[in-house]
Amino acid sequence: MNVIEAIGLGKRYGSTWALRGCALAIPAGHVAALVGPNGAGKTTLLNLAVGLTAPTEGTVTVLDGRPAGSPAALDGIAFVAQDAPLYKSLSVADMLHLTRNLNRRFDQSYAAARLGQLGIPMRRRAGNLSGGQQAQLALTLALARRPRLLVLDEPMAMLDPLARHDFMAAVMAAVADGDVSVVLSSHVLAELERVADYLVLITSGSVQVAGEVDDLLASHRVLTGPAAEADSYAQRLDVVNARRGGAQAHLLVRTNGRSGPVPPGWEEHPVSLEELALAYLREPGAGALPGPTRARGAEPMEVTNWQR
Amino acid sequence: MTIDKDVSTAGDRAGTAPSGTGGDDGPAAAARLPASPIEFRLDPGSGVPTYLQLVQQVEHALRLGYLKLGDQLPKVRDVVASLAINPNTVLKAYRELETKGLAAGRPGQGTFIQATLNQVALPELTELRRSLLGWLATADATGLDEDGMVALFTSALRGFRERRGAASGEKESVA
Repeated sequence: MNVIEAIGLGKRYGSTWALRGCALAIPAGHVAALVGPNGAGKTTLLNLAVGLTAPTEGTVTVLDGRPAGSPAALDGIAFVAQDAPLYKSLSVADMLHLTRNLNRRFDQSYAAARLGQLGIPMRRRAGNLSGGQQAQLALTLALARRPRLLVLDEPMAMLDPLARHDFMAAVMAAVADGDVSVVLSSHVLAELERVADYLVLITSGSVQVAGEVDDLLASHRVLTGPAAEADSYAQRLDVVNARRGGAQAHLLVRTNGRSGPVPPGWEEHPVSLEELALAYLREPGAGALPGPTRARGAEPMEVTNWQR
Repeated sequence: MTIDKDVSTAGDRAGTAPSGTGGDDGPAAAARLPASPIEFRLDPGSGVPTYLQLVQQVEHALRLGYLKLGDQLPKVRDVVASLAINPNTVLKAYRELETKGLAAGRPGQGTFIQATLNQVALPELTELRRSLLGWLATADATGLDEDGMVALFTSALRGFRERRGAASGEKESVA
C-alpha cells in the first residue's frame, strides 16, 4: 500500500509552477522525509496530498488510492502545518473539545493522558503555552484522531533543541505504538538522519531521489583518490557529484549493487544520509529513483518494500 | 540522564493507557519489571550508523559486565522515546544481536541477553598476536610509522566490516 501516490502532479500559482510532473509513491510503514531547498515544492506537495489545495494537473491519492481531500482520505490523515496552528485564544480544554466535535474519531482519554504527562495545563490559553508546548498540543490533537498517515510540514522549525528532541521522540513513540506512517518535510538534514527510513528529495518542483534510506546508503559510496586519475576513473562509474582539490578528489558514486575492487591508491567510504542528500542537491540533473531516473510525468515507479 | 529517565517512565504509562488501542507493549506485569541495566546514548559525530552504535554499546556493556545473562535490554518504545530515533533502527539493532546469538526476543516481554561474548581461546590469541607482530615488522621495514600502521589497520578493518555487513544484509533481504 502507498500512503501518498502522485502521477503527473502539477500545481501552478499564477504563471509559476510550484510543482510539475511529479511522480511519487511512498509506501506505508515508513517515516518518510521530504527534503529540498526552500521553494522546491515541499509544502505544495504536502498541501496537495492533504487536500488543502487542488492540483492544476495530474492526480494525487493517499492511503491506497483515496483521492486527496475526499472524506475517506481526510478520515485517515492528520496534518500539522508549519506553525502548529491552534486557536490561540482558546484554552487547551476548549481546543480538545473543538477537535473532538469536528472529527469523526477522537480518542479523548489518550489526549487528556498525554497532555497530563507533558504537564500542559488544561485551563491555559493555547496562545500562552511555550512554543514547544504548542507544538506538542498540535501533535496530541493530531494523534488523538488515530490517523494512519501523519503529515508534518516543517514541524520543528520554530522549536529550541530540547523541544525539537521531545517533539520527535513523541512522533517516534507513536510510530512504535501502532499502525501510523509519517511523512515530514524539513530542510534540516542532520535531524532527519535519526528518524527517517525513507527519503524523498525534491528540487525545483519535481522528485529527484526517492527510496528507502538503507537501500540508498547501501548503493552509494564515496571514492577518494588522486585527482589526476579522477576523470578516467569516473568514466567507468556512475558519478553523482565530484569534489576535487589539486591532488585529491572525492567521487560520490552510485554503485547499483556492483561493488568491484577499487583501484590501487583509491579508498572507498560509506556515505551518510546528509552527504548523499547534499551531493544530489548540488547536482539537480542527477537522479536516483527506483526505476527510471528523474521520472517526469511517468507512471509511479514500482517500489518494493524489503522490510516487511 | 534524569531527563531520559523521565521520558521513558512517561512512555511506559502511555503504553498502558486506558484507551486499549496501543496495548501491544505486553501485559502490565512486564512494565513493572525492573528497567534494563543499561541506557543507550548516541554519538551523531561518530559516523557509525545508529543501529550499529546500539549493537556496539550492548557488546561493550557485556564485556564490562554491566549486562549479564538473562538481563533485559531497553524496550524498543523506551529507546525510541528517549533518543528520538526510528523504531526500525532499534529493531534492526536487536535483530543483529539475535543473529549474533547474544540476545533473544520473548513475545510480549522484550529482548533479553542470551549469551555472553565468546572469549577467543588463549592459544589462538597468542598465535594471532604472533602473526600481527610479523605484519608490524614488515610494515616498519617498508618505512611506515606507527600512525600510518594504525590508519592502515583501521581502514582495512572498516573495509572488512563493511564487506561482512553487506553480506549479512543480503541474507536479510532474502529472508
